[in-house]
Amino acid sequence: MSSWLDYTINGLIVGNVYALVAVGLALIFGVSRLINFAQGSIYLVGAYVGWVAVVQLHTPLPLTIIVVAASAALVGLIIERFGLRPLQNSVRIAPLLATIGISFVLDQLVMLTFSPNPRALPSQLPDVRFQVGGGTIGPLDLLIAGVGITSALLLFVFLRYSKLGWAVRAASQDRDAAMQMGVDVNRVNQAVFGIAAALGGVSGMLVGMYYNQIDTAMSLQATLKGVVAEVVGGAGNVPGAVVGSLLLGLVESYGVAVFGTSYRNLFAFLLLVVVLVLRPNGLFASARQAPPEPLTGTFIAPSRPMRIPRWALAVAAAIFAILPLFPVSFYVLQTLINAWLLGMLALSLTLVAGTIGQVSLGHAALLAIGAYTSALLSLTFSVPVGLAIIGGGLMSAALGTTLISPSFRLRGHYVSIATLAIGEIVSLVILNWEGVTRGPIGISGIPPLSLFGYDLISPNSIYWFSFAVMVVLALLQGRLLTSHLGRSFRAIRDDDIAARAYGLSLNRYKSLAFIFGGFAAGISGGIAAHLYSYINHETFNTQQSILALTVVILGGLGNVVGAILGSVALVGLPELFRIAAEYRILIYGIVLLLLVRFRPQGLLGTI
Amino acid sequence: MLSLRGLTRRFGGLTAVDAIDLDLAKGELISIIGPNGAGKTTLFNLVTGLDRPDAGTVHFEGQEITGLSPERLAAEGIARTFQLGRVFGNLSVMDNVLIGAHTRLRAVKPAVPVIGPLLELGLALLRPASVRAEEERLREDVKAILARFGERLLPRIDQPAYSLSYANRRRVEIARALALKPRLLLLDEPTAGMNPTETAEMQGLVAELKAEGLTILLIEHKLEMVMRLSDGVIVMDEGKKIAEGPGEQVRNDPKVIEAYLGHGLSETAEQESAA
Repeated sequence: MSSWLDYTINGLIVGNVYALVAVGLALIFGVSRLINFAQGSIYLVGAYVGWVAVVQLHTPLPLTIIVVAASAALVGLIIERFGLRPLQNSVRIAPLLATIGISFVLDQLVMLTFSPNPRALPSQLPDVRFQVGGGTIGPLDLLIAGVGITSALLLFVFLRYSKLGWAVRAASQDRDAAMQMGVDVNRVNQAVFGIAAALGGVSGMLVGMYYNQIDTAMSLQATLKGVVAEVVGGAGNVPGAVVGSLLLGLVESYGVAVFGTSYRNLFAFLLLVVVLVLRPNGLFASARQAPPEPLTGTFIAPSRPMRIPRWALAVAAAIFAILPLFPVSFYVLQTLINAWLLGMLALSLTLVAGTIGQVSLGHAALLAIGAYTSALLSLTFSVPVGLAIIGGGLMSAALGTTLISPSFRLRGHYVSIATLAIGEIVSLVILNWEGVTRGPIGISGIPPLSLFGYDLISPNSIYWFSFAVMVVLALLQGRLLTSHLGRSFRAIRDDDIAARAYGLSLNRYKSLAFIFGGFAAGISGGIAAHLYSYINHETFNTQQSILALTVVILGGLGNVVGAILGSVALVGLPELFRIAAEYRILIYGIVLLLLVRFRPQGLLGTI
Repeated sequence: MLSLRGLTRRFGGLTAVDAIDLDLAKGELISIIGPNGAGKTTLFNLVTGLDRPDAGTVHFEGQEITGLSPERLAAEGIARTFQLGRVFGNLSVMDNVLIGAHTRLRAVKPAVPVIGPLLELGLALLRPASVRAEEERLREDVKAILARFGERLLPRIDQPAYSLSYANRRRVEIARALALKPRLLLLDEPTAGMNPTETAEMQGLVAELKAEGLTILLIEHKLEMVMRLSDGVIVMDEGKKIAEGPGEQVRNDPKVIEAYLGHGLSETAEQESAA
C-alpha cells in the first residue's frame, strides 16, 4: 500500500518535470504551429550547464537555477533568431526539418564538449526523507513541485496580465489578425522561445539531480516525453500540457510498478499512439472547429527536378559496376558498400517522406525489423540467406506498415512524432522481447551473405551484390513513380483534401507507399545484418533515421537519383576528408540546416 | 437528383449552415449566392463529404449519402472545385487532370477486397497492355478536356501547376473536375480573381457544360453570370436560406438587397431619404 503512494508521488514529481518541457512546447506550438524538436536539446543543455555550475563552480542552489534558466533562455533565443526566423515565409516542412537539425547539432555539441559518458549531478539538497501518510517525500521532490507550481503561476500571471503575454495570447489565436493589429510577432516568438527554453533547461537540471545522473541520450527522451504530454493535453493548450504531463508521469510510474523499469518508455509511447489515434486533438480538445483551408502546395518547396539523361545514368551505373575491376583499395569498396546500403534506406525514405509527404523519423525501425527477421530466419530456421533477406524485406513491409498505420490520419508534424515514437517502440520491443530477439545480448553469429549456395565473402562480391540490389530497387521505384501510383502519392502530398475529393483513399495509398518503402528498407537492414554478423537493439538507431533524412533532403525530396547521389556524398565526403566519426553527425545536422535554409529543393530538385 | 433537407452545421456557437433545403433536378443549374461568410462553402463541404452535418440529410439519385466520405462521393460521380484553387502544385497540368480521372481507373485497380491494393501495386509496376491502354485513353481524354479551354492550358500541359497564373489554376481545377465525368458538378466561385474577358470565357464554358446536360451547383458572386446561367437562385445569409426562385425575382427581393448592403444599412438609407 505504502509503495503505491510512493509510486503516485514519483509519478506526480516526474510529471511535474515533463510539464516544464511540455508547457514550453505548447507555448511554441500556440504561436507558431510548430512542434519544436529541439526542446529536448535545450533540456540537455540545461542539465550540463547545471553540472558545470554545481560541480565546477560550486554555486548555491538558487544561483544554479538562475544560471541554468538564463543560459537555456539564451540558447532558445539563438534558435529562434538564427534557426527559425529566416524560415518564416518558407514552406511548412522547413521549420520542422530545421528544429530536427538544430536538435542534432546541439546534442552533438554537448556530446563533443562533455563526452557521451554519463556524469553524476549531485542534488544540492540534504538527503532526508519525510514520512507522509504511508509514503516518503524528500526535499528534492518538494523543490521540483515548488518549481513546477511557481513557474505555472508566473506563466499564468505573465500571459494574463502583462502586455507581452497579452500579445502572445493574441498571436496564438490568430497570428495574422494580431500582426495587423500591430503585434510584433517576432517579439512574441522571442518571448515564447525564451520562456520555453528557460523552463526546459531548468527541467533538465532538476531531472539530472533527481536521478543523480545526466547523459546525452536524455535529449531525445525529453523531446519525446514532452511531446507526448503536450499532444495528450492538446497541442498548443498550456493547461492541457500540464495535465497531460501529470497523467503521463502517473501512467509511467504505475506501469513501472507493475511491469518493471525497462518498460517505462513503452508506456509513454503507447499512450501517445493511442491518443493520436483516438483523439488526435488531445483529451481536452474543444468541439469540432471549422476546418482550415490551407493553401495548396505549401508543404514542400515548389521546384523543377533536374533532368538527367538516361545515357548519363547508364554510364554512371556502368562505371560503378566495373569499379572493383580496377585496383581500388578495400577501403573505397567498403565505403561504397555503406553508401549502397544507406542508398536503399534513402530510397525508402524519399518515397515515404518525399513522394507522399510523410516525414518519417523512425525509419531505422524498418531496418531493424528487416535485419532481425533475416538474421533469425537464417539462424533459427536455416533459411538460405538470399531468401532470408527477401523475408526481411517482406516482414519490414508488412509489420512496418501495420505499425505506422495509426499515423495515416495525421498530418505534418504529427506524422513525424508518431513515426519517431513507433521507432522507439520497435527498439524497446526488441530490447524486451528476449524470447525472440535475445534482448540486450543481441544476435551474434549471423551467417555471411550467400547466394545460391555461394558465400559472398570477398569485398568485390559484396560490393556487386549490394550495388545490384540497390540498382534494382531504384529502377522499380522509378517505374513506380511514372505509374498512376506516383502521381497519386504526389497528389496526396501536395493537397490531401483535394486528393480525397477526387477519390484517393489516404489509407490505401499511404499503405502502399510504406509497403514499397518498407520492403527497400527491410532489404537494406537484412543485408546489413549478414554483413555485420552481429546486431542488437542499438545497431539501427535514430541517428541513422536522421542521416537518411539528410540524404533525402540533399538529393531532393522524392528524387530517386538524388537519394543515391546524396548517400554517396554523405558517406563518401566525410571519408574523403577523414573526418573523425564523432564529428560526422554534427556535420550531417549542419548540412541539413544549411539545405533547409538555402536549397530546400536539394541538389536535383523535388519530384 | 440532389436533395438536401434541413442540412445544418454548427461551429461552437455559430450556425454556419442552418436548416437548408435544396432540390436540384437532372440537367439543372442552381446558383447559391450570398455575402461572404453566409455559409455557401460550408454547404458545399457538407454535400461533398469534407465535413459532416450536425443535422439534416443529403440524397443523391434517391440514395441517402449524408456523411459519406469524400472518396465514396467522388466514386458516386460528385466532383467539385475549391474556392481557393486547390491544384496539386508540384504536379504537371496533365497529372493534375489525370488525378480527376482517378475514380475511372479500372484496369489497374482490381475490385478485389483486401489484396486489391497489392494487386494495384503489382499492376502499376508490371504495366500489362490493358493498363497501358487505359492510361493512354485517359491521357487522350485529358487533352480533349484541356482543348475546351482553347490555348490556355494545352501549351502548358507539362508545366507544374504552381507555375500557372491564378486564372489558369482555376481552369485546371475545372478540367480536373470534368475528368471525373461527373454526374453532379459543384463549382465554388469559378471566376474569382478573373478579369472581365476571362470571366466571359468561363461563363461560356459553364453554359456549354449545362447545354451538354451536366447538373451543376454554382457558388458565384458575379450576379450578371448567375442571372444568365441559373434555372434557380438560392440566397444565403448567416447560414439561412433567405430567398429562392428565378433570378429576376430574387434580385428584387428586399431581404436580398438588405443582406448584400449590410444589416441596418438599408434602414439608414431609408431614414436618410426620409430626411
